[in-house]
Amino acid sequence: MPATMSLDAKLTHVLHEWKHGKPMVACRFDPLGRFLFSSSEDYTLQRWNVDSGEKTAWEAHDSWVRDFAFSPDGQVCISAGCDDRMIFWNTADEKPAPVRTVVAHKGWVRALDVQQGTGLIASGGNDNLVKLWSADGEPVQELAGHANNVYSVFFHPTEDVLLSGDLAGVVNQWEVSTGKLVRSLEAKDLHSYNKGQQVNYGGVRDISLSPDGKVLACTGLHKATNPLGAVNEPLVLLFDWAKGEKIRSQPADGVKGIGWRTKFLADGSEVCGTGGSGGGYLVFFTPGEEKPFHKLKLKDTVRDMALHPKGLLVATTHYDGHIRLCQLTAKKA
Amino acid sequence: MKAGYACQSPEHTLARRQFLGSVAGGFVVGGLGALTNPAVAAALERKQMRVLVMFMSGGLSQLESWDPKPKTDTGGPFRSIPTAVPGMHISELLPQTAVHMDKLSLIRSIDTKNGDHGKGRYQMTFGRNQMPGVAYPHLGAVCAKGLERADNPLPGHIKIGGGSRGTDSAYLGPKYASIGINGKPPANSSRASNLTEDIDILRNKFRQKANERFAQLRRTAETDVYTQSFEQARQLMERRDVFDVEKEPGSEKERYGDSQLGKHCLMARRLLENGIPFVQVSHSNYDTHNENFNFHLEQLGEFDRAFSALVGDLHERGMLETTLVVVMSEFGRTPKINARYGRDHWGKAWSVCVGGAKIQPGAIIGATNANGTEVSERSVEHGDLFHTYLSAVGMESNGSFDIGGRDMPIADPSRGPISELIS
Repeated sequence: MPATMSLDAKLTHVLHEWKHGKPMVACRFDPLGRFLFSSSEDYTLQRWNVDSGEKTAWEAHDSWVRDFAFSPDGQVCISAGCDDRMIFWNTADEKPAPVRTVVAHKGWVRALDVQQGTGLIASGGNDNLVKLWSADGEPVQELAGHANNVYSVFFHPTEDVLLSGDLAGVVNQWEVSTGKLVRSLEAKDLHSYNKGQQVNYGGVRDISLSPDGKVLACTGLHKATNPLGAVNEPLVLLFDWAKGEKIRSQPADGVKGIGWRTKFLADGSEVCGTGGSGGGYLVFFTPGEEKPFHKLKLKDTVRDMALHPKGLLVATTHYDGHIRLCQLTAKKA
Repeated sequence: MKAGYACQSPEHTLARRQFLGSVAGGFVVGGLGALTNPAVAAALERKQMRVLVMFMSGGLSQLESWDPKPKTDTGGPFRSIPTAVPGMHISELLPQTAVHMDKLSLIRSIDTKNGDHGKGRYQMTFGRNQMPGVAYPHLGAVCAKGLERADNPLPGHIKIGGGSRGTDSAYLGPKYASIGINGKPPANSSRASNLTEDIDILRNKFRQKANERFAQLRRTAETDVYTQSFEQARQLMERRDVFDVEKEPGSEKERYGDSQLGKHCLMARRLLENGIPFVQVSHSNYDTHNENFNFHLEQLGEFDRAFSALVGDLHERGMLETTLVVVMSEFGRTPKINARYGRDHWGKAWSVCVGGAKIQPGAIIGATNANGTEVSERSVEHGDLFHTYLSAVGMESNGSFDIGGRDMPIADPSRGPISELIS
């Protein structure tokens, strides 16, 4: 990618399609931007060389992998998923082999994050717990305070703060050094209970923070009139980080599906990857506006999204067995 | 419609007196006496058999319950776990039920060739394909009639989890139609606060006298239905406590869990314990076209605790040998996982769980192929299951009800029970 290319979300276009051939699940870039790690319904992991598209695939988990995280220096990759385990890998090994396996939760591990600086690992799971682990996978602390499955975890990049979001739309703020619950943010718009179908639905699928540290985004869905039939729409909720108060709801303007993940871009705008009955989209917002300023429809429904560390490349995983890489700039002439 | 009862034959006079006096006797054809094989009827009368159906509304995924296929292209994210039966694995979503699988059995080879909710529900609870203009009685009505006891005044066909009075008894008559309740004693079933017990008794006696007098000259099928419904309601009021789970000790409530399903299962145990022949508990909702795995995680978590408590409780009370337990749905769910992590309707290869009564415990009937897309051994369908349920409670499923002198086959005569499953 030429270094001179500048961010222009409205010119976002599909740069590459990488085929795995089986329905894809999660994806993350390593912090150095060399690799994209992904997972799929065939229980394999894949590592894609970002420059060449070369794929290395292997099997290690007993179930689907739902999330990846990396040590701050990018040398260690951690995968975790529905077999309750975290597996540690050397990110760039030619033939990946597990360095360490840790049974992390009773039930799925739904989310991982790593604290910059310390390398502390946070995991959230179906046992309603948030757990802290040392960089080499030793248990450090259990944070109990959610009454529902934990869907997302997020370390604040500069403060002594961990956030965790659950199915019911509760976002807990923990003081990392003490494990103390500091406050809870209300993201209840991302949850509903359907009395007719007798199901809980929604959840805080992702948490992210704006580059200036002022705005927190919680991503998920709303308008779930028929949860079992996938009738719902993506929603991003923005909070004033300092006050902990909701400042804006950002519906995806007619798009059907779930907001899987939102990332802030260098100019402060947001990109949200959505997928569901309405297909797959990248939906772009600015924090000051309710409506998206741009949407890009992708070829197939989206299941996860990751932002390259350089901020100009977005990867999405798709049901049709592909990874799609979208460049957030003008097309190369 | 004028009923043919004005003949004043001794049989009908007796039947009417039985009904009005004690509810226990049927007035057209009485309970166990309705079975055309007297030996079977006598055997059933000696031993009170009962049926519990757990109806998993919407279509439980067989892959997330009784027939997991982990690490295949259809397997999904859940793993399988061993059970109390060596070699039998079920989904990890049912860890507490797994402990009781030595009391239960699995039928993994159901092919009902249907993916429609209404038709599937009919198939599974009426034992036949639905056909326009033809009405058959629901499994509950068949059991209520076939397992009826003269000494129990309670209604015989209860559905917990919604509904009111059903119209599902066809030619067996309204006495055997379902009564729907919602986890509490039936609405308006307590005596009006301004009536003393003595006044209420006098009032009912007066009503019965007036009713008998009216019926001597102007009895019709319609008046019989009214009388029957009223009498059933009156007797239900007398046994209102049977429906009140609040009478249970705290330890029992804790065991079944605080969920609505837990309360319903506890109520089911109370009803079965009090001799009600057929109880159906519905659990919603498994129609998971979207996020199948998250929703099964939620629903089966609730089910596992309540159902395992119920099976354990029935076992400890010695009731399991006389209580058939069936976990059924209208169909299963597609092995193929759709784009929304959902599974769709699938009647081609799916499972039910059965146990208790005369069911061989710990058995697995039939099999599906490696990724669950087809039945590979011992294909069965809803008609076979219906026969099996009745056989398991000692009814002669190939027999008939005597309805006004006409033999009505109890189950589809073209099908038969899974005989290797019956002890």
